[in-house]
Amino acid sequence: MNDKNRSTEKGEPVIKIRGLKKSFGDLHVLRGVDLDVYRGENLVVLGRSGTGKSVLIKMLVGLLQPDAGLVDVLGQEVPQLTSKELDALRLKVGFSFQSSALYDSMTIRENLEFPLVRNVRNLTRQEIDRAVEVALEDVGLSQTINQMPSELSGGQRKRIGIARTLILQPEIMLYDEPTAGLDPITSIDINNLINEVQERHRATSIVITHDLTCAKTVGDRIAMLLDGRFERQGSFDEVFNTDDERVKQFYNYNFVN
Amino acid sequence: MVSANSTSENTKVEKPVVTKRLDRTFLQLNDVFQFVTRFFKEVFLPPYEFKEIVQQCYEVGYKSLPLISLTGFITGIVFTNQSRPSLSEFGATSWLPSLIAIAIIRALAPLVTALIASGKVGSSIGAELGSMKVTEQIDAMEVSATNPFKFLVVSRVLATTLTIPILTLYTMLLAMLGAFINVHVNEQTSFPTFIEQAFNAISFLDLFSSVIKSFVFGFTVGMVGCYKGYNSSKGTEGVGRAANSAVVTSMFLVFIEELLALQIVAALRAT
Repeated sequence: MNDKNRSTEKGEPVIKIRGLKKSFGDLHVLRGVDLDVYRGENLVVLGRSGTGKSVLIKMLVGLLQPDAGLVDVLGQEVPQLTSKELDALRLKVGFSFQSSALYDSMTIRENLEFPLVRNVRNLTRQEIDRAVEVALEDVGLSQTINQMPSELSGGQRKRIGIARTLILQPEIMLYDEPTAGLDPITSIDINNLINEVQERHRATSIVITHDLTCAKTVGDRIAMLLDGRFERQGSFDEVFNTDDERVKQFYNYNFVN
Repeated sequence: MVSANSTSENTKVEKPVVTKRLDRTFLQLNDVFQFVTRFFKEVFLPPYEFKEIVQQCYEVGYKSLPLISLTGFITGIVFTNQSRPSLSEFGATSWLPSLIAIAIIRALAPLVTALIASGKVGSSIGAELGSMKVTEQIDAMEVSATNPFKFLVVSRVLATTLTIPILTLYTMLLAMLGAFINVHVNEQTSFPTFIEQAFNAISFLDLFSSVIKSFVFGFTVGMVGCYKGYNSSKGTEGVGRAANSAVVTSMFLVFIEELLALQIVAALRAT
């Protein structure tokens, strides 16, 4: 499923990045990134491994600090926020991790309850149970509620990871390599789920990937990270209709090899 | 032709290995200091993770009971057996209960409990937090607006600090029981006589200092396990290294602390 007629509200961007730089020792990963993401849009960030895609979205939720530049999310400058303000912002931003990051020692029910019971006070047991059931129905995995994460397949774990972030009904969803390590069929399921989430929750999404099928399926707009900057942005065809060898190589590796 | 840049790179002075190692040691000491300071800052601030603390006390305390029971009991039997020949040379086997009580209560029980906890609890905390770090579970906790340091570190350190003194008292009890059985079988000493001789030899300071020492050992085991796990490097190799390093470091620190405690208690006894 790929509904490219989604209504994105151009106006003030919900995520605004200007001149963002980040280095690890002598390795300059991001060298002045500029990016705007608008409400309701699915933006796909493409790039080779190690180009700083995950670093970029980790800075959006304050997991990493930038060396220089502006990171503005929902009108708040992330690096300047106090720990309380950052926690409040994090409740509006869902983060689906590459490794799913389910808590191994908890059941699926406890995993899903965790962000809810810790952040939304005065909920009755029934309300919590209902929220967990709805989140699991959203990802089509109601039957796993009492299982442990170790009993699930990679694709199921990804879905539960997404369900856990959805339970707080975030305004922005960040997906870090959602199809990494999955077979092609499961990858298509996850791509469809990302589209469904966007439709149902009207969330703004950033999807980090190097999988072009995923990019083509879920992306309203593609931004390609090359040498620490977004050198190409636009629709899938606009980004790949170029003579730039680096982009052609990336395309060929995905679709020709 | 050599460019100006590569010339300057070639002439860049490498730091000697010793200096590099010293730098690394001081940086790590600073890390440890920050970690411990953060614990003391966060332990008093709400929200308090009571449920997690109780859960961890169960993990540390209840689940260590079989191993602690066996080790404590056997320590009592073996120590009594090994002490008997020396005392019997002087015809002083009647002093066995007091000798055993002093050794077990002053040193053996706290030390044995702390060493077992280092191996069992310290490694398990190091591996658990290390694997949570590697699989981004700690990051996931942080982005769901939960303070992972408070939830994972503070609760575990409090659990080991509170539980290990209780386990030490339990080890004392079982080691004394083992010793009594040995003495009773070999010297036909009755239970009241054994208890009277054993407790005549020890003072309140002996018991009190052992319990206080156990609090310190518990804090050390929890803190080292959490530090190693929380700061483990990426990858499964890092998890193994965190667990191993947690055991080695906490055992080493427990022995150092035992030596210091010995000096302090000796000084107190002298006053």
